[in-house]
Amino acid sequence: MTAAGESFPLTRLSVLAAARSQDGVERARALDTLFAAYWKPVYKYIRLKFSQSPQDAQDLTQGFFAELLERGLLSRFDPAKSRLRTYLRLCVDSFALNEMKAASCKKRGGEIAHVALDFSAAEDELRAQAIDPASIVSPKSLEDFFEKEWIRSLFSSAVEELRDVCKAREKQKAFQLFEAYDLSEENVSYAELAASFSLPLTEVNNQLAWARREFRRIALERLHAICDSEEEFAREAKMLFGISTK
Amino acid sequence: MTFLSDKALERLHGSEAPDLFGTRYTLRELIARGGMGAVYAVEDEKLSRRVALKVLEMPDANGELTNRLMREARILAQLEHPGIVPVHDVGTLPDGRVYYTMKFVRGLRLDKYVAQLDSLSQRLRLFLRVCDAVAFAHARGVLHRDLKPANIMIGSFGEVLVMDWGLAKILQEHGATADETILISSQKAESEKDSTQSTVITGRGTVMGTPGYMSPEQARGNTEEIDVRSDIFSLGALLKFIIVGGAQPKSPILPRPLLAICVKASAESPNARYANVSEIAADVSLYMDGLPVSVYSENFLERFGRLYKRHEVAILLITAYLVMRALVLFFFHR
Repeated sequence: MTAAGESFPLTRLSVLAAARSQDGVERARALDTLFAAYWKPVYKYIRLKFSQSPQDAQDLTQGFFAELLERGLLSRFDPAKSRLRTYLRLCVDSFALNEMKAASCKKRGGEIAHVALDFSAAEDELRAQAIDPASIVSPKSLEDFFEKEWIRSLFSSAVEELRDVCKAREKQKAFQLFEAYDLSEENVSYAELAASFSLPLTEVNNQLAWARREFRRIALERLHAICDSEEEFAREAKMLFGISTK
Repeated sequence: MTFLSDKALERLHGSEAPDLFGTRYTLRELIARGGMGAVYAVEDEKLSRRVALKVLEMPDANGELTNRLMREARILAQLEHPGIVPVHDVGTLPDGRVYYTMKFVRGLRLDKYVAQLDSLSQRLRLFLRVCDAVAFAHARGVLHRDLKPANIMIGSFGEVLVMDWGLAKILQEHGATADETILISSQKAESEKDSTQSTVITGRGTVMGTPGYMSPEQARGNTEEIDVRSDIFSLGALLKFIIVGGAQPKSPILPRPLLAICVKASAESPNARYANVSEIAADVSLYMDGLPVSVYSENFLERFGRLYKRHEVAILLITAYLVMRALVLFFFHR
């Protein structure tokens, strides 16, 4: 896809550089960005991989991000060796095992209090997904699960922003069409959408094309905010909007 | 926050790709994208095989581009030849865009492939196979009009396929009007900035082809003047490219008979070019067989050199025999 090849201007300090910054405001902003993108995948991952109760998984999730901060784990991340996502997952593994061994999951938070962690929503999502734990026992399937949850988290937040953008620009119809076609479980045709929204087919086509473009732009902006370099961004953007090559 | 199902995630992953819902195809990857359309690799679920799907990506308010894509598909469908990529199917996407599917060619583009060929005869054989396909199309009344290295694929079994008939024109004597000019493809090599890789289209009826490969009459945009000799011009440029093995030195050293073939094929005036593809192919074949070509008068040395090359083994054997004989006589009479 062209996403990978597009130039995307770096308007801010990269999130990892900011997270390592001495500037408290900059650091807090970077950590908020990272936590917003990763807390839900981390929570779900802990729930499934370590079969923790919701309460214990919440403590471990908060503890993990506190540990990330306190021990400066982000400064040890080497983009040449792995993706940030993989590094964080391995850190979660290590942290959760140690904590469970020590049975000392204490509620921690520190600088991450900026992000409201809606654990009940994450629980609802896990229930809605009805995941069979037996199906994700292998390391590869766990890795895939973590990656998928990360994408789900990123796309969900982009969808929310798209909703706001549509509202601000008075394009609610475009969002409704996007919701009905792209986010729905049902398979509806463009013709059916045109009939139910009382719109010409070409209008459905145009509105959907616009909404998808906007969604893609927002998702890429959010992705850019959590990438450490343009190279990483290009790689991740390709993965995100690339096409399955299985 | 909105919870996105796995199905929604799949759709959002491909938010820029064509929606193939309701078709027999599953999207795999983007192969190429041009100014107006894109070609994707897709899986034909019914036949469990990979095919290439071409779809317009430009707004098509009055349906003109759709008609052109359909005509391209129909032209390809008429050209059943091992050297021309076959069309499998045409259809309509849920959003109303027309697509067609064709053979998915695994292999290399000629401009990449030719650099791997060491021998001139291998490269010339490749050129003759391109000529076969083009001659077949001409016999069916179809001009390609955008012959260039980037539009020729060499399959993994060595098969040579002429691709991208988006600029094809049906000749008038085969029942089409002069305006039946198809202006679909603008396939731009993504990784290359070379202008000779890009097809230039300026508008309906004004086709410019690809700089370096388009004939002067194409460059002038006069569709009335365009005939099989316009493709001959492109074949001449293609031959030159193939002979030098893809390299583009400032002054390529070409064997003079081959250079004469290139010059004749790419003459400014259509009347000064070969009249048809068979003629240029015949001259290249003659050269390969060590015979004189129709467009070049050799001097004595060149003729001797050519004869020497052609009968090299026999000449060496006879020479060796004569030398041995001379030596025997010399030592015997000493």
